[in-house]
Amino acid sequence: MQNGNIKYVWELLHTVPDPEIPVISVVELGVIRDVKFTKNSFLIYITPTYSGCPATKTFQDDISSCLIQNQIENFELIIKYDPPWTTDLMTEETKEKLMKYGISPPSNIVICPQCKSEETQLISEFGATACKSLYKCKDCLEPFEHFKCI
Amino acid sequence: MSNLLNYTLRIADNAMILGQRMSQWCSNGPTLEEDIAMVNISLDLFGQANGFYEYASSVDGTKSADDFAFLRSEREYLNNLIVEQKNGHFGDTIVRNFLFDVYTVLFYTKLGKSKDEILSALGSKSLKEAKYHLRHSSNWLIRLGDGTQESKGKIQKSLNNIWMFTGNLFEMDVLDSEMASAGIGVDNIALKSDWDKKVNEILDKAKLSRPKDAYMQTGSKNGIHTEHLGHLLSEMQYLQRAHPNAKW
Repeated sequence: MQNGNIKYVWELLHTVPDPEIPVISVVELGVIRDVKFTKNSFLIYITPTYSGCPATKTFQDDISSCLIQNQIENFELIIKYDPPWTTDLMTEETKEKLMKYGISPPSNIVICPQCKSEETQLISEFGATACKSLYKCKDCLEPFEHFKCI
Repeated sequence: MSNLLNYTLRIADNAMILGQRMSQWCSNGPTLEEDIAMVNISLDLFGQANGFYEYASSVDGTKSADDFAFLRSEREYLNNLIVEQKNGHFGDTIVRNFLFDVYTVLFYTKLGKSKDEILSALGSKSLKEAKYHLRHSSNWLIRLGDGTQESKGKIQKSLNNIWMFTGNLFEMDVLDSEMASAGIGVDNIALKSDWDKKVNEILDKAKLSRPKDAYMQTGSKNGIHTEHLGHLLSEMQYLQRAHPNAKW
C-alpha cells in the first residue's frame, strides 16, 4: 500500500454506516479523527461518542471488516479521547439526513422531524441510546428522538 | 503501587461503583423513561471507568482493565464512600447522585487541566457527561423537594441520611496533595466552596433544608468502606471469581 491511498481509506470509511443510525456514516458522525500512514501501516484514529456507547465496539468491528474486505489488512485502530467528540462536528448535510430519518438533529431549537414545528417538549433527558433524548411535538403530538448536543 | 496508578484507580473506582449501582435500577425504574435514563447513566459511568482503568493498566504494565475491576477486593477499592451507598428508593438515589454529580462536574473541570495528557483528555470527555447527569439529578431533586408533602418529606430524609458521606469527597491525603502540587491531580479542598454554592442553590430551588455538618464518615482512601461495598462486589465480580479468566 502506498501513501497516496489514505484517500482511498477515507472513501472506504465513508461507506461504513453508524450501527444505530444507518443513514449516516462513521465519518459523518465525526468519530474518525485522522488517518495516517506510517511504517507500512494505516493508523486510524477514532474517538468514542459517549464514553459508554455500546456501538463503539460495533463500529470498530465494522471498520475492520470493511477494510479487510477491501484488501487492506495493514491497519491499526487507535482510540483518541482528546479533544472530546462533539455534535458541533456534524455538517448541515448530516443533520438534514438525520431529520429525514426521523431524528431531530442537534441544535438549540428542537424541531419536530414529522411536521417541522418548533413547539416541542422534553419528555426525558435520555432516549433509547445514550446520544438521544425523548421529545414530544405539541402540534402534531408525535413523540420523537432528539440527538443531544454535547 | 505508583502514585499515578493509585490516583487513577481512585477516579476509575468512583465511576465503576456508581455505574454498578445505577445498573441495579435496570427494570426497576419508577417509569419506563427513568429506567432508561438511569441505565444510560450507568453506561456512561462504565465507559468512563473503562477509560481510566485502561490508563491504569498501561501505567501498571501487567494488570488489565478487567483485572482492576473484577479481581480487586473491597479493601483494594478506593472509591468515595458516597457512591457505594445503596440505591434505596428513587429519592435516595437522586440525592446521592446529585451530591456526587455536583462534585464530579467540578472535579472533571479541574482534571481537564491536568498536566497528565491522558487524565486531562479523560477528564474533559467525562465532564460533558457529568454535566448531563447533574442536570438530570438536579431536575428530579427540585421536582421531588418542591412536590407533594410526602415527596418532600421523603427526600429531606434521604438528604439527612446521606449527608455524613459528603465530607469524604473533600479529603486530601498525602497522595492527593502530592498529585495536586505536581499539577496532575485535583485539590479537592479548593472545590468545596463551589460545591457548597451549587448545592445550596439547588436545595433552595427544591425548598429543602441543608443538613448541618456533623460527624463525617471517612476511610475510603485507605480502602476502609461501609458494609455495602462488599455485597456490591460479590455480585459484580461473581463471574470472574467463579470462572477465572472467563471471556465473552
